[in-house]
Amino acid sequence: MEIPKGLKYAKTHEWVRVEGDVAYIGISDYAQEELGDIVYVEIPSVGDSYQKGEEAATVESVKAASAIYTPVAGTVKEINAELEDTPELINQKPYQAFIFAVHFSDASGLDELLDAESYQKHVEQEKASH
Amino acid sequence: MIAYLPHTEEDIKTMLEAAGITDIEQLFADVPRDLVLRKPLGIPEGVSEFEVYRRMKALAAGNRVEPVSFLGCGSYQHIIPAAVGHALSRSEFYTSYTPYQAEMSQGILQAIFEFQTMICELTGLEVSNASLYDGHTAVSEAAVLALNSVRRSDTILYSSTLHPFTRQVLKTHFANLPVKLEEVPADRGTTDLEELVERLRPGVAGVVLQSPNTLGYIEDLSGLADKVHENGSLLIISANPLSLGLLKPPGEWGADIAVGDTQPLGLPSYFGGPSVGYIAATEKLLRKMPGRIAGQSLDQEGARAFLLTLQAREQHIKRERATSNICSNQALAALATTVYLASLGRRGIREVAEQNLHKAHYLHGRLLEQTPVEALYDQQFFNEFPVVLPRPAAEVLPRMEEAGFYAGVELHRLDPTLPEGALLIAVTERRTREEMDAYVEAMKGAIQ
Repeated sequence: MEIPKGLKYAKTHEWVRVEGDVAYIGISDYAQEELGDIVYVEIPSVGDSYQKGEEAATVESVKAASAIYTPVAGTVKEINAELEDTPELINQKPYQAFIFAVHFSDASGLDELLDAESYQKHVEQEKASH
Repeated sequence: MIAYLPHTEEDIKTMLEAAGITDIEQLFADVPRDLVLRKPLGIPEGVSEFEVYRRMKALAAGNRVEPVSFLGCGSYQHIIPAAVGHALSRSEFYTSYTPYQAEMSQGILQAIFEFQTMICELTGLEVSNASLYDGHTAVSEAAVLALNSVRRSDTILYSSTLHPFTRQVLKTHFANLPVKLEEVPADRGTTDLEELVERLRPGVAGVVLQSPNTLGYIEDLSGLADKVHENGSLLIISANPLSLGLLKPPGEWGADIAVGDTQPLGLPSYFGGPSVGYIAATEKLLRKMPGRIAGQSLDQEGARAFLLTLQAREQHIKRERATSNICSNQALAALATTVYLASLGRRGIREVAEQNLHKAHYLHGRLLEQTPVEALYDQQFFNEFPVVLPRPAAEVLPRMEEAGFYAGVELHRLDPTLPEGALLIAVTERRTREEMDAYVEAMKGAIQ
């Protein structure tokens, strides 16, 4: 299971890459493995605005559907349209396949995210409780 | 007569032994003594097959000849080709439950696929599901679909000309959900579209209209779709599918979702059901469709094969995030519709629709010319129309029944704001000119 350093992670298994005032959001290697073959990603539209913690996307696998929450409030600046036809990119390269990017003005939500080390512990705890 | 195959003494003994008891009564030891029935049930002793036959024959002889039906308001008496009954009586279809190993059941999947294809052709929309319970619940499902598709929406606007049962089902469905239902009034029998457009605002997920509406009138929806879409809302049109053989389909009106009940296509009224709801939508809404969708593909040998393509919204996939409770479809009743449509074909369905239209207009004209009966409003209609009798319909209906006619549906009972004399009369291709002329004569007497 890969957990790259330099990214931030949410307890709900999203990864976040911050570039200036834009946060790129995808799901972690652990999340894609747990979900199994991903068959559909419901992607927000560019320009949609979301509150901190609001559901902005859905990832559906053959087993289940999971909501993807945005850790920061803001407006969708960019989406990964490739996922519409090739959702399996998330399985193949979870850390390159971002789902959407949010342009934020208030970075407060980012403080609550975990670093790679803390996320690793979080995942292990979650595994142990299964 | 033996109504079931009982266990043998030996079966019972084996089961008692396995349960570690000596007497069946011990199984009921927890039931308080004073609640236990200590005498035989008050039902008659069994009788022989012949005696049952004689008794039933005597009861059947008491039936009178069925009156000629002019009943409609959502459920109609149409001609049903014998092929429909034949297909339904195949045990492969009528004994099978929903296919859990879907691809094992190629016949059912093909039937569903054909159903979807014909519903798409009739409605002018791109995707159809495998069917829903009935036309009323289909409207609720369409409303759910709209609420889930339009971000930050919480309101459904619907016309007061929707069938009263549809409005009741909507209210029940959303009773304990944070969803606002807003009824848009009608003006002389059709939806007040100006009022409807004025009520469009952020938060409106969908607008639901029915055409022909519950009074039988055809709604003119010109330009409505654009206004609804400008507001970011979806247009939902409920339509009698038979009328689509002739009238402009929902897709051409710009509807995002078409719904309705396929009872007019190959299903008798029975005692009110079962029926079939249909739902079709634009491809954009495909992933949000309730229920299941069958698709066509190739198997590993390259032969045409059918599969259960999508059941995106169902509980076993979406779990607690499911947006619809529909986990099955009305397979057998939908098969009736499929066989009906396949038997008639494109030209046939148009011809049936035309006959409905012409016959209804013939009776309408005769009644207005020859009796003091008046039209409720001056509006266009398909195969049913409302009139106002010079006395309460509740008084006229029994007299008409005595004369051999189910004369129509008393509208005051469904909508107390309509006059007591309001009667909804449906005329299908089954009615003959003689029957209609006799109806007019009978009506002359019944309203005296």
